[in-house]
Amino acid sequence: MTVPLSKSTPPLMEIHSLTKTFPVAQSLLSRWRGQPRRAVQALTDVELTVRRGETLGIVGESGCGKSTLARTLVRLYDADRGSVRYGDLDVLSLRGPALRQYNRRVQMIFQDPYSSLNPRMTVEAVLREALSVHHMRPAAEQPARVRELLQLVGLPPEAAGRLPHEFSGGQRQRIGIARALALEPECLIADELVSALDVSVQAQVVNLLLELQERLDLTVLFVAHDLRLVRHISHRVAVMYLGRVVEVSDTEAIFTAPRHPYTQALLAAAPTLDPSRRTAAPAITGELPSPLNVPSGCAFRTRCPHAFERCATERPALLKLEDGPEVACHLYDPVSTAQATG
Amino acid sequence: MTAPHLSVRDLNVRIPTPGGVLHAVRGVNFDLMPGEVLGLVGESGSGKSVTLRSLIRLHRPPIQMTGTVEYGGQNLLAASDAKLRSVRGGQISMIFQEPMSALNPVLTVGEQIGENLREHKGLRGRAAQERAAELLDLTGIPSPRARLSDYPHQFSGGMRQRAMIAIALASEPQLLLADEPTTALDVTIQDQILRLLLRLREELHMSVILVTHDLGVVAQTCDRVAVMYGGRLVETAGVNDLFHAPKHAYTLGLLQSLPGAGEHRRPLQPIPGGPPDLRSLPPGCPFAPRCAYVTEACRTGEPPLLEVAPGRFSACIHYDELPALKSTLEEVGV
Repeated sequence: MTVPLSKSTPPLMEIHSLTKTFPVAQSLLSRWRGQPRRAVQALTDVELTVRRGETLGIVGESGCGKSTLARTLVRLYDADRGSVRYGDLDVLSLRGPALRQYNRRVQMIFQDPYSSLNPRMTVEAVLREALSVHHMRPAAEQPARVRELLQLVGLPPEAAGRLPHEFSGGQRQRIGIARALALEPECLIADELVSALDVSVQAQVVNLLLELQERLDLTVLFVAHDLRLVRHISHRVAVMYLGRVVEVSDTEAIFTAPRHPYTQALLAAAPTLDPSRRTAAPAITGELPSPLNVPSGCAFRTRCPHAFERCATERPALLKLEDGPEVACHLYDPVSTAQATG
Repeated sequence: MTAPHLSVRDLNVRIPTPGGVLHAVRGVNFDLMPGEVLGLVGESGSGKSVTLRSLIRLHRPPIQMTGTVEYGGQNLLAASDAKLRSVRGGQISMIFQEPMSALNPVLTVGEQIGENLREHKGLRGRAAQERAAELLDLTGIPSPRARLSDYPHQFSGGMRQRAMIAIALASEPQLLLADEPTTALDVTIQDQILRLLLRLREELHMSVILVTHDLGVVAQTCDRVAVMYGGRLVETAGVNDLFHAPKHAYTLGLLQSLPGAGEHRRPLQPIPGGPPDLRSLPPGCPFAPRCAYVTEACRTGEPPLLEVAPGRFSACIHYDELPALKSTLEEVGV
């Protein structure tokens, strides 16, 4: 690994207090009764920094907001409040050509290669559309660039004339990657890039991503639920729970010394490949609360074995510990420690 | 030696499609011992779910099933419909991947458990209600009595899977067939459901066949594993043996393609190519086109599943050339 990722590397993207809610359709009856309109709390005050050249893994269970975060960062969703800085840009206020320019620099690759490609467009048409929309190449130079892109992602030149249904899942995901790379982006946001693929094919696509990242100096946000894979490719990992970032740390620190009780539970629940290490008791009991009704204070307190009074009344802020990790948990806040011991 | 609980011999399933007959399961043989958890693993299209469904004849014509499934002294593939009905959902229960589509949305959970209790246990009215509440409690649903009158949509994903398990257990089955029971669930909920299945197996002395594509789930749940590829069983082994010293090149390739510890950001070792098309299989070993150990002999005839060590079966000519695995298991956290 050659990418310099010291603490002094300037951040590529800085996310502050990013919040997104989705209002839920309300019945006429409840409106007539004057009941307030309910909303899904998808993101609540998300704080996150993405360093240039790194792979930042974003993990969490369904409803934790990891996909909403990815989509908000490329402006597919409009945030309720907060800020996203990308270099000098204030991402959330971009309009028109400036937004289009930003969208070229930050590209998203979707989970489902079956539904994110137009079934009636050949691979060449898909790639040329991307090149034309963003004025990357004049029409005359496009066919050559298409061949270059196909070679880059390991597809044969004949692929250009085929339709998406003629490819396997892994190949379709390569087309998705080629389309993103057509725009020569600085940052890729990959939302469950390989989840839909079979294990033996997943490794092919992961290798491609690793290779392209080194060659093209890309920053990657890798959103996934597969912890083994995230551990393998990420420099740092952010763990989310019910719309909040609960822990951010270097990958080794997350996996060998998890701090937040949720991170600990998540890792303990993930099935290991060693049959001799089995436990009889589940790592954690209780269900995920509904994102329509997030618990007060710390969202994890209803399932947390260490919860105490303060967890119900006050939401823990994401604090930076001395040895590096950032954790949103009262257990690591000196104020709580003083209260508990004093 | 104890007699097997279930014996499958030369099971074949053929599915007619517009593009030709798809031979989805090709000559599968295995035994299930009483009280055992057998994992049936493979990638999409390997035939694992089709095999599981054939055990209780869930396929209808024009899908053709041949072979024998011996259970309780009977061949279930040739049994009368009446006999089959008493076995299905009775001595053999099944749970599915998607609880929302397997449960009836317009019946309460209590009614759906009660249906099974009436059919297979002859319980009605208050007695059935009592037993249904006990079953929900057994699967770890809080305030089970109140939950009986809820509809499936009022349950979360994990609770629906628990409710489906409660329905399956109502008849006190001796064999539970589970088709990807935790694939749609989050990892902390998956962990709870798998522990629950293992606990119930002990308490109720059931055997379980678990179909999954997740090797972690296999390692954490199964006693023995049967690996499928291209509609064939290619290897069966005890779970420790399989993960430490696979005896089929496909199993080895699968385990080696997973990211292990100590190789942060190094290239993974994928299996080249993709799964075979069951409509046009190569003449020899179905894995030959992707295999690193392939020789001419692999391409000429399809190798049979043979006992290569006590209790270990492999359909790989090169089984004794494969290295033992350590790195995948030496990982620390996950």
